[in-house]
Amino acid sequence: MARMSMIEALRSAMDVSLERDPSVIVFGEDVGYFGGVFRCTAGLQAKYGEARVFDTPINESAIVGLAVGMAAEGMKPCVEVQFADYVFPAYDQITQEAARLRHRSNQQFTCPLVVRMPTGGGIFGGQTHSQSPEALFTHVAGLKVVIPSTPYDAKGLLVAAIEDPDPVIFLEPKRIYNGPFYGDHAGTSVNWSSHPAGEVPEEHYTVPLGKAAVTRSGSDVTVLTYGTMVYVAEAAVKAAGLDAEIIDLRTLLPLDLETIRASVEKTGRCVVVHEATRTSGFGAELIAEVQEACFWHLKAPVLRVAGWDAPYPHAQEWDYFPSAERIARALSKVMED
Amino acid sequence: MTHPLRLHVPEPTLRPGDSPDFSGVPIPKAGSVRRPPVDADPEDIRDLAFTIIRVMARNGQAVGDWAPDIDDDELRTGLRHMMLLREYDARMLMAQRQGKSSFYMQHLGEEAISCGFRRELAEGDMNFPTYRQAGLLIADDYPMLLMMNQVYSNEGDTVHGRQLPVFYSSKDHGFFSISGNLATQYPQAVGWAMASAIKGATNIAAAWIGDGSTAENDFHAGLVFASTYKAPVVLNIVNNQWAISTFQGIARGGSGTFAARGHGFGIPALRVDGNDYLAVRAVARWAAQRARANLGPTLIEYVTYRVAGHSTSDDPSAYRPKEEGSAWPLGDPILRLRDHLIARGAWSEERHTQAEAEIRAEVIATQKEAEAIGTLTSGRLPSPAHMFEDVFEAPTPHLVRQRHEMGV
Repeated sequence: MARMSMIEALRSAMDVSLERDPSVIVFGEDVGYFGGVFRCTAGLQAKYGEARVFDTPINESAIVGLAVGMAAEGMKPCVEVQFADYVFPAYDQITQEAARLRHRSNQQFTCPLVVRMPTGGGIFGGQTHSQSPEALFTHVAGLKVVIPSTPYDAKGLLVAAIEDPDPVIFLEPKRIYNGPFYGDHAGTSVNWSSHPAGEVPEEHYTVPLGKAAVTRSGSDVTVLTYGTMVYVAEAAVKAAGLDAEIIDLRTLLPLDLETIRASVEKTGRCVVVHEATRTSGFGAELIAEVQEACFWHLKAPVLRVAGWDAPYPHAQEWDYFPSAERIARALSKVMED
Repeated sequence: MTHPLRLHVPEPTLRPGDSPDFSGVPIPKAGSVRRPPVDADPEDIRDLAFTIIRVMARNGQAVGDWAPDIDDDELRTGLRHMMLLREYDARMLMAQRQGKSSFYMQHLGEEAISCGFRRELAEGDMNFPTYRQAGLLIADDYPMLLMMNQVYSNEGDTVHGRQLPVFYSSKDHGFFSISGNLATQYPQAVGWAMASAIKGATNIAAAWIGDGSTAENDFHAGLVFASTYKAPVVLNIVNNQWAISTFQGIARGGSGTFAARGHGFGIPALRVDGNDYLAVRAVARWAAQRARANLGPTLIEYVTYRVAGHSTSDDPSAYRPKEEGSAWPLGDPILRLRDHLIARGAWSEERHTQAEAEIRAEVIATQKEAEAIGTLTSGRLPSPAHMFEDVFEAPTPHLVRQRHEMGV
């Protein structure tokens, strides 16, 4: 076991994968020599050479387009889009090509690629360094969508994503790259070295896609969340003084409905929390699934706490980012009903 | 003194009701363009992006540096491929008009390009075609029955009725799955070629795009990446003058040639008579050799004319003069190769007429076979269960639930 930040864990996942499988290749903007603007690929080019870890011109569509062609040739590309906010030029290649290639060719061509992208806010990133576009990918048939919240999961899920035979959108909450974030922006930040989830094996292991984790067991209410909000929800539960069960979904698609159902049937109450904007966000899907699967067990309407339906602001960061207080209010409200 | 600004919107010079006129299209004499060595520096062959490489002269003779060394048998095979493609198009067009399929797209006038290019590739090379390169399949002896099954979306369709007609897919025949989204295949071809280089393999890739789609972002992206990594890829542009109803000037063809765009990226570029089967073979050979020798990409613009409508959903008489296709100065690719074979004593009018009849009978027989399996509206259709399969390698719980809900 070693102590790793999420950045180091992700780097270790790529290192392990590059080492084990010669068809794995890593590329993106500033990913090669420099090692990535977030240091996630530092040292990999020196270790594996320029043919396996390299820099690209600035063109997201082509980065993913190349990867589709490479995957069709039998490679396993793990590519980086510098910020999830900049994935949109590649949306055509991801949704119309990568996602459908297996289906439209009847498996003659497949697309085992991973598109990594730092996501989420809480860093004064403003409009184009803070977005959470997961719902734009969960809506697309043929994509798997993953978002880890700990260094241990980040490595295990990324290795699993690289080994997965289908295209995976891998969202990395950059607010928790260096340590968990409980929503207390004025307080001192903790780093992963002093958190149990910072314990990461140096060798190969996987965390299976499609399996949620219950990060806190409880009986009063179920909180469905993922990414940075796992920690903010934890702080909110503490503040509300409730015995809540927190589920870190880890994979949004395919969704672990069984874990969700078991929890909500037990608690009878549910709050969904995500950073992304509210309307047509992934929370809407979660609520629909919960009401369909658990309607007769529900004691109160399912609530959601999400980013406001506005572009992510700069100065108003902490009015926008779903705070522990907002989550705690929602928790109290479902308990009153 | 200032003048109000005015917006420039390019317009074709001729519209319906006008007489076809291509007198403004400069056509160099066959054999007049030099053939540089395959390791030529792009800078030293800039002129080849602004001319038209042509091999077959008016009298049918093959002339000049680009005349390829191809034997009689292979040329007769080439002629047969083009005739097969034309007959296939005619039958599938008719089948669509009869309501047996929903849609079709012809290659009329463009047969030499895909049929000729395919013969210069090796086994294991990969094409990333558009919807108008079915000659790549025919010239690689892909079973025509499978192509028809795809057009009919019947039970014999290898992609289970999931795709629109003409969106074929065959890994074994080096034909990448066609997508409706234009230009996406350009960077994909570059990526495939890079993968081949990363592995140290010997295969090359070929990208395909039309004149209109060169305006898409992925065209530019493909050129940048192909150039940056010297990818072993042949970047083909089929300039058939028309993108549905918009003439090539809307894609700024009038501002220069499409081939010339290669030079902005340091990519050598050739511009070739797309209706000259021998010239197509010659430039394809040059570019493939260059790629195989690890000298990097080549851009090729094939100058041709889309004689038919864009698709069965299109009526070209609404936007261009009738008879423009027959006035096209580069002629008909099938008749030109026929005349060349006759000129070299390897073919005759009689044999050609006989071949036409044989090919028609062969295609009709195959069509009957396909229709015996089914068409879009009758016979054996793919099971609805196929909708849920292959979305992922293994079925996910939500797809299993949806399939159960549908009861298949």
